[in-house]
Amino acid sequence: MELTTQIGGSVTDGLAYLGALTRLGGRAAYFTFVAPFRGKPLRFESAISQAMQTGVGALPILSLITFFIGLILALQSAYELRKFGALNYVASAVAISMTRELGPLITAIVVIGRSGSAFAAEIGTMKVTEEIDALETMAIDPIHFLVTPKFIAMIVMLPCLTIWANSMGILGGALFGVAQADFTLVRYIQSSLDALFLRDITTGLIKSVMFGITITAVGCHEGLSTGAGAEQVGRSTTRAVVVSIFLVILVDLIFTALFFFVSER
Amino acid sequence: MEQTNRAPTEPQAMISLRNLRVSYGEREILHGISFDVMRGETLVILGGSGSGKSTLLRTLVGLERTSSGEIWLKGKNIAAISSQEMDEIRKKIGMSFQGGALFGSMTVGENVALPLREHTKLEDSTIEIILRLKLDQVGLSGFEDYMPSQLSGGMKKRAAVARALAMDPEILFFDEPSAGLDPIIAAGVDQLILELKQAFHMTIIVVTHELASAFLIADRMVLIDKGNVVAIGSSEEMRSSTHPRVRQFLDRIAEPAVSEELDYLQMLTEEHRHPGR
Repeated sequence: MELTTQIGGSVTDGLAYLGALTRLGGRAAYFTFVAPFRGKPLRFESAISQAMQTGVGALPILSLITFFIGLILALQSAYELRKFGALNYVASAVAISMTRELGPLITAIVVIGRSGSAFAAEIGTMKVTEEIDALETMAIDPIHFLVTPKFIAMIVMLPCLTIWANSMGILGGALFGVAQADFTLVRYIQSSLDALFLRDITTGLIKSVMFGITITAVGCHEGLSTGAGAEQVGRSTTRAVVVSIFLVILVDLIFTALFFFVSER
Repeated sequence: MEQTNRAPTEPQAMISLRNLRVSYGEREILHGISFDVMRGETLVILGGSGSGKSTLLRTLVGLERTSSGEIWLKGKNIAAISSQEMDEIRKKIGMSFQGGALFGSMTVGENVALPLREHTKLEDSTIEIILRLKLDQVGLSGFEDYMPSQLSGGMKKRAAVARALAMDPEILFFDEPSAGLDPIIAAGVDQLILELKQAFHMTIIVVTHELASAFLIADRMVLIDKGNVVAIGSSEEMRSSTHPRVRQFLDRIAEPAVSEELDYLQMLTEEHRHPGR
């Protein structure tokens, strides 16, 4: 009896949390698509500066990480492929696993670490110092002012970063291909492109948009629900990272399964 | 101990509270508060820590939901209006938060100009002029390009007041204006409140536990204790009040002192009974 109560409690808590995220996303969508036509213009400048921070700022570290991931993928697949003398399939193995899965996922994880946590910390600090309250007493909606630009920036930047991550991963694989598998760089890239269908890239990009929405919703929600006191900001930031990683993996699973059964037809 | 012997429909009342109750979850913080704030007066809400005075202020500016009761502000019951209507009222009130609550990522000038940029269609040059004027009023001329982190505590409060004044509010709220300031700077903030009162005849509501500051700026005072109104009246009426709770607050008689002494005695006897414990 106690176990079922506990499970029931966790499920309702989880659903309530998802409900809160959806409400936040819905409000942001309202301020993006509806409010501008009712005389409440979008805060483009803020969205652009957010995009610079979350997107352009992530490029160096993301490039390095995905380059390594591409190289690791090449090494790992070569380990199995060389048993069959099929080392020339390394290129397609790396290209497909990067674009379909690891490009979007690694990008999301880097962005969670850099931006999801920053959203929670920024909004959480503003909450603790009563800045969020100040916005409300000035009749400025914090969702419009703070959250919506972040959603716009993330929805635009995550697919861009993912495309970049895919390319860097393929380049990382190419390092192995050229050094160990008798490829030239041009031939490696050519066989990567030959192996890819447009579908591989688009499914990855659709996932990355969903990841962007998830990360922003969790980061902002955790920030806005920060309690009183500086230590609560740390708690919100940690929660934002952990919950984002979990939800991103969950969203990944759902969409991968969806694409699997849809493409089966 | 004058209860407001004016009728609730008195046109001079800027804000009327009627049996206001506010709860956090199960716990009720305010147990039925009723009083009026007159147009143009400075009302100080006094109370100890945990008395509910801050909750009362937050409720008045619409940051907390009421569980029952009415708050009449500019002819509307803000306990029961839509958020759009509330936003319209909020454009007519200004609030100065305890720590200033300036936006750390913006300069002082951008902070003060923010409500104007969000709610008016004024030209940048006009906003610039209003901004200078407001900063001048609070004694911060020339600080528009400073970041809030570069300001001292007192200057932050002044900047916050300038921001609260930006939309020319009819009612100005202060949360603990002298908290965390040294006595000289705090006196400066009190002086600023007095100047605003004299210059603009604004309705000003101040929450504080600083008695000296309260008696300096108040036309009338409300003493809140454990979520109830204990007393309301002018400074003189408060000073001459014989209500035990008012006397205790004004004469700074420590409440837990008695029980602390008992604890101390008990500790001594315990020690006597079990030496070396």
